[in-house]
Amino acid sequence: MTANGNPRTLFEKIWGAHTVRDQSDDTPAVLYIDLHLVHEVTSPQAFSTLRERGLAVRRPDLTIGTMDHSTPTTPRNELGIIPVADALAAKQLDVFSKNCDDYGIPMYALGGEHQGIVHVIGPEKGLTQPGMTIVCGDSHTSTHGAFGALAFGIGTSEVGHVLATQTLLQNKPKTMAVNVEGRLGDGVTAKDIILAIIAKIGIGGGTGHVFEYRGEAIRGLSMEGRMTVCNMSIEGGARAGMVAPDDSAFEYISGRRHAPSGADWDAAVKRWRELPTDDGAIFDQEITIRADELSPMITYGTNPGMGMPISAAVPMPDDEADYNKKTALEKALNYMELAPGQKLLGKTIDVVFIGSCTNSRISDLRQAADFLRGRKVADGVRMMVVPGSQPVKRQAESEGLDEIFRAAGAEWREAGCSMCIAMNGDQLQPGQYAVSTSNRNFEGRQGKGGRTFLASPLTAVASAIAGVVADPRAMMSSTL
Amino acid sequence: MDKLSHIEGSIVAIPVNDIDTDQIIPARFLKVTDKAGLGKAAFCDWRYLEDGETPNPKFILNNAAYQEASVLVAGDNFGCGSSREHAPWALMGAGFKAVISTDFADIFRNNALKNGLLPIIVDRDTQQQLFSLAEEDPSTSVRVDVEAQTLTLPDGRAVDFPLDGFSKYCLLNGVDQLGYLLALDEETQRFEARNPQRVVTTA
Repeated sequence: MTANGNPRTLFEKIWGAHTVRDQSDDTPAVLYIDLHLVHEVTSPQAFSTLRERGLAVRRPDLTIGTMDHSTPTTPRNELGIIPVADALAAKQLDVFSKNCDDYGIPMYALGGEHQGIVHVIGPEKGLTQPGMTIVCGDSHTSTHGAFGALAFGIGTSEVGHVLATQTLLQNKPKTMAVNVEGRLGDGVTAKDIILAIIAKIGIGGGTGHVFEYRGEAIRGLSMEGRMTVCNMSIEGGARAGMVAPDDSAFEYISGRRHAPSGADWDAAVKRWRELPTDDGAIFDQEITIRADELSPMITYGTNPGMGMPISAAVPMPDDEADYNKKTALEKALNYMELAPGQKLLGKTIDVVFIGSCTNSRISDLRQAADFLRGRKVADGVRMMVVPGSQPVKRQAESEGLDEIFRAAGAEWREAGCSMCIAMNGDQLQPGQYAVSTSNRNFEGRQGKGGRTFLASPLTAVASAIAGVVADPRAMMSSTL
Repeated sequence: MDKLSHIEGSIVAIPVNDIDTDQIIPARFLKVTDKAGLGKAAFCDWRYLEDGETPNPKFILNNAAYQEASVLVAGDNFGCGSSREHAPWALMGAGFKAVISTDFADIFRNNALKNGLLPIIVDRDTQQQLFSLAEEDPSTSVRVDVEAQTLTLPDGRAVDFPLDGFSKYCLLNGVDQLGYLLALDEETQRFEARNPQRVVTTA
C-alpha cells in the first residue's frame, strides 16, 4: 500500500489513515482515536473538565474502563469482594465508577470477571487490533503496538480531549527502526531484548520517535513477548513502539470477544496484511542489535537505561567522560548502595515481584511456574506473583500454576498493577532489594527507599530460588 | 489556563539528569481526584527526611535563599517516565512557571504546555552556566519572552528556545486546546462517516 508511489512505514500508514486534519505550520495534526482506555488514576480531573463545560463523552462505544493502578491485590473476603482499606483509593475508585456510569462507558470493576491491568485487558478482549490508534492516560500504552497499532500514553488534559472529541492534537513523531537480528539463546527472553535496547540507546534515546521493532528475533517472539518489548518503548523515550502484524497477531486476536468474525474477519485480515512497512521505506533513524549475542539482562541503577548483562560488573563513574552522566551514575549507585565495579550476581535480595503490564500474562506465569516447579523460594525472600487480569488469574489456576507458586512459598494474589507502581500497599520497605519483572527502577518506584533490579521472569525466579541475583541459565539444565 | 507572555524570576538548579516523574511526584500522591494541593508533594522523597515531614536540609528547595525561585534548571532529559499530569500540577503548585533543561520527555513536555508550565530547551553550555549562576548567587534571575521565544540571562545574553506555534498561541492567549478540537466537530464527523469504527466496546 503506497500513497503517490512512495514506500511508507507501518507508522506512516496508520498516521495517514487517522488524520482528521493534517499538520500545518500553525497547528499540529488532528488524529482520530479508535480506542480509548481509561483507568481510575489519570481520569478523574478529565471527567471534571467535562462536567465544568457541560460536555458529553463523544464515543463511549470507543472507550473502555478498568480499575488497576490503586487497587489492592489482597485476598477476597467471605463475600467474594476485594476490600479496599485505603480511604483515598476507595474514593478514587468510587469516583471512577460513577464517572463511567454517568457517561455510559463500559467498565471492569475491581474483582469482576474481566478486570485487570489496562494493557493486559485490551489485547485479551480482542479490542487491540492492527492499524488502530489507541491511547490511554498511561505511558505503557505502547504495549498495544505489538499488534501493529499506533498506541501511546497521554496526559489527563489529553484524556479529556479524547473523551470529549475522540481526537488529539499531535505533532508527527519521527521513526526509528530497531532491528533485532539473529535468534535468542536459551534463558534469554523478550524482556532481555528490550532491556538491552534501552541500555544501548539510553533512557532518552528514543525521545520524539516511534520505534518499529523488526528482524528475525522479533518475528520469532510470541505476541506476549512482543507486548513485553513494546511495553518498555517509553523507557527508551519513545512514546510508541510497534511490530508489523503477521499471522501470529491474527491468530492471537481470532475468536476473542471483540475480534471481528465471519466476513468481517476476512476483510479485516486483508486490510491488516497491507499494514507492514513497504520495502524501501525510510526511517529517520535505525539501530541494530544481535539477539544471539544477548545474555539475560539486569539493571543496576535508577533508570531502565542503566542495564547490563547479568554477569557484568556495575560501571565505574570515573570511566564516564560526560560530567552530567558521571554524576547521574554516582547518584544512582549511592541510592542503590552498590560499589563501582561490583558484580550483581550473588547479591542478596529481599523481594521478587512477578507481575506488571510488562510481564504478567499467562505465558510469563507459565514460564515462571515451570521454572519454579519442585523448587522453593529461598528463606528470607518474599516472592509475589500478581496476574495481569482476572482472566489470566483464572487461566493460571485452571492449569494449577497457583499451586506451584504456593508450594514454592510464593504469594499468589489478585490482579492489578501492584508493586510495579506501589500505590496500593504492595511495596518495598526502605533499603530492600527486589528483582522485579516490572518496567521502572526509579528511586522509590516500588516503595520509598526500595531498590529495584529489573529483569525477566526467568531471572526473577532464579533469583528467588537462590536468594541472590542469579543467572537462570545456570539452573536451567535440569528443567529444559 | 492563565495567559503566559513573560516570566521574570529567580532560578534554582537541580543538576540531576533524567529526573523522572516518580521523583517529581511519587505515585502514592496520585490517589486524588482533583489537582489541588499537589505542590507540597513535589520532589517529596528528596525534599523530606524519612518521616516524610521534616525538610531535608541538604535539598536545595529547602534552602531559604531559594524560596522565591520560579524557574527550575534541571539536568538532561527532564520528566521521563510516566504520563502523570500530576507532575506539572505539582511543579506549578510549588511555584514554578518554567523548567529549563537540554531536553524533555515527550509526554511531560505536552502535559506542561497544556497547563502553562513552560519547558525551555537550551544548549548544554547555557544549562551549565545556569547551574553555576544558581549555585553562586541565589538571587540570579532570568527573563523569558514567550512571543520572542528568548531566555535572557543575567549578563544580557538572549538564548532562543524552540516552541511550536500552536502551543505558543495557546500560552499567549490563555486558551486550551480542547476548544480548538471541539470546533472541528464537523470534520470529525466527516472522518467518522468515511471510516467505520473498528471495535464497539459497549457491545
